[in-house]
Amino acid sequence: MRRAYFKNNWIAALVVAPQLMIIFVFFYWPTSQALYWAFTLEQPWGGGNEWVGFENFRTILNDGRYWDSVWVSCVYAFFTTALAMGMSLILALFADRQLRGYRFFRVGMIWPYAIAAPAVGLAFRFIFNPSAGVASYLNLAFPGVWDPILNGDHAMAMIVFAGAWKQVAYNFIFFLAALQSIPRSLLEAGAIDGARVLRRMLDIQLPLLAPTFFFVLVINITDSFTDSFGIVDTMTGGGPARATNLMVYKIYEDGFRGLDYSGAAAQSIILMVLVVALTVFQFRFIERKVHYS
Amino acid sequence: MIERTPVLNIATHAILAAGLIALALPIYLVFVASTQTLAEVTAIPSRLLPSDQFFVNVKAAWITADFGTKFVNSMILAVGVVTGKVVLSAITAFGIVFFDHRMRMPVFWLVFITLMLPLEVRIVPTYAVAANALSPFQAMLDWSGLTWLIEKATSIRVSMEWNLLNSYTGLILPLVATATGTFLYRQFFLTVPDELVEAAKMDGAGPLRFLREVLIPLSVTNIAALATIMFVYSWNQYLWPLLITTDPNYGVVAVELGRLVPDSSSTGGGIPNWHIAMAGTLIVMVPPIIVVIFMQRWFVRGLISADK
Repeated sequence: MRRAYFKNNWIAALVVAPQLMIIFVFFYWPTSQALYWAFTLEQPWGGGNEWVGFENFRTILNDGRYWDSVWVSCVYAFFTTALAMGMSLILALFADRQLRGYRFFRVGMIWPYAIAAPAVGLAFRFIFNPSAGVASYLNLAFPGVWDPILNGDHAMAMIVFAGAWKQVAYNFIFFLAALQSIPRSLLEAGAIDGARVLRRMLDIQLPLLAPTFFFVLVINITDSFTDSFGIVDTMTGGGPARATNLMVYKIYEDGFRGLDYSGAAAQSIILMVLVVALTVFQFRFIERKVHYS
Repeated sequence: MIERTPVLNIATHAILAAGLIALALPIYLVFVASTQTLAEVTAIPSRLLPSDQFFVNVKAAWITADFGTKFVNSMILAVGVVTGKVVLSAITAFGIVFFDHRMRMPVFWLVFITLMLPLEVRIVPTYAVAANALSPFQAMLDWSGLTWLIEKATSIRVSMEWNLLNSYTGLILPLVATATGTFLYRQFFLTVPDELVEAAKMDGAGPLRFLREVLIPLSVTNIAALATIMFVYSWNQYLWPLLITTDPNYGVVAVELGRLVPDSSSTGGGIPNWHIAMAGTLIVMVPPIIVVIFMQRWFVRGLISADK
């Protein structure tokens, strides 16, 4: 720990004040407000609010539509995470061999991270459009086989592709960085013992990647629960028939379209608990248990 | 590694090339669509080779979506968030690391916890705060009975209001209210040797001078890293600007993009202008991609050290 400090504590107070002010107004206050709303029944924009205890939660948890939205969120989270992590892991493992063209490949895998969610959403919506994009080939060969506008499963597949595509670059950056921090001598020792490239990947690189793997896993799951709004809003609008009505999207719909602040707040609280639980799990459990160094 | 693996090398290149194609193909298709006419883009089966309408479509998208104004707004948003982050996180981390006071760890945790809950999950109440950024203080006055006291004493009813809807401040401030940057600086400041602090003190430098003339010059790479990821982050914001800006004069490009194609299920009401929408998509993609490619090193560095 540090030994040398400055003594002027009033300066310290002064420099941390702006940040604390901003997070108080735009983080802590709204978060506590969400709690307050979740346990009261309030009319939007003033009016009385009445303490209702867990009533808002009871309403939500008894609502079949809410559970549908939880279910589609889980489906979305599972498939996007699996797809994005699988693809980025394979690409990172092979890119790390640093054969010719390594730098070119590396840039090539990183840039998609820079693209905004609505842009990704629109692009994929065009590509998978049954009547205009490339998917029209599919429908020409087998009429009616692909229709994300009417078929909920197809719509889900569409947003999963878009979400995973967007996430690959992020995961790739982390996997590649972790692979490069593995000491070269370990791989050389493996090579001397007669382990070929693939064997070394399986038995040396993958196990050493475990901490990063779980870190990326948690980030991916959290992101697919919280950061999916742009894609859903530009691609499907939650439809068809609420088949892609993810939890974040439902909060937005209920809160801003339906003006049901209490319901939206209760849903926000549930989502917050979920996200915090994942983060705590990440810090407490994974950071400690999965360690090989 | 010194070993000959010709077959595996070919396989490696094939896998990497396949990955690259999978990532680049959607953008290629967007580009192709943006070069075609409406008839070409909706033809079945669609043409997979570029046509010659690119500049016509880009111009049409630029005018339809009023990208002139929106680009300026997106730029203001991005520069505002980047500046706010770079400055605020630096001084906060400075206050946490280089002073020995009891509030050090509580402040650190107060800031750190904000990493856990992204804006999206607390969107409804944050919006309500933005409608009146002084409402927290008003509520505290009301609760503590101060409002009542002041009203009794001076017969003036305190009512504070600061509406942030449709303003740059409202766009920027909530996006600055996270811990990303503070954490990044803190990690770096902790590695600054004690001797440097002692030397500065011996030379008679106060804390602010130390910050300005020692720490900031040392943190240039951190600043570059943070600035790059924050630029991409804020340029790509969608939900927050969508809610807070109803006045088109404050609209940003990412939100406007969503409006280029009408409602998601309205293909029955007419064919969307896909060619123009795709040209718009390309326009919106370009600035952050340029930043990421040119600032690649700092971008990667920023991402990796900000999240861990």
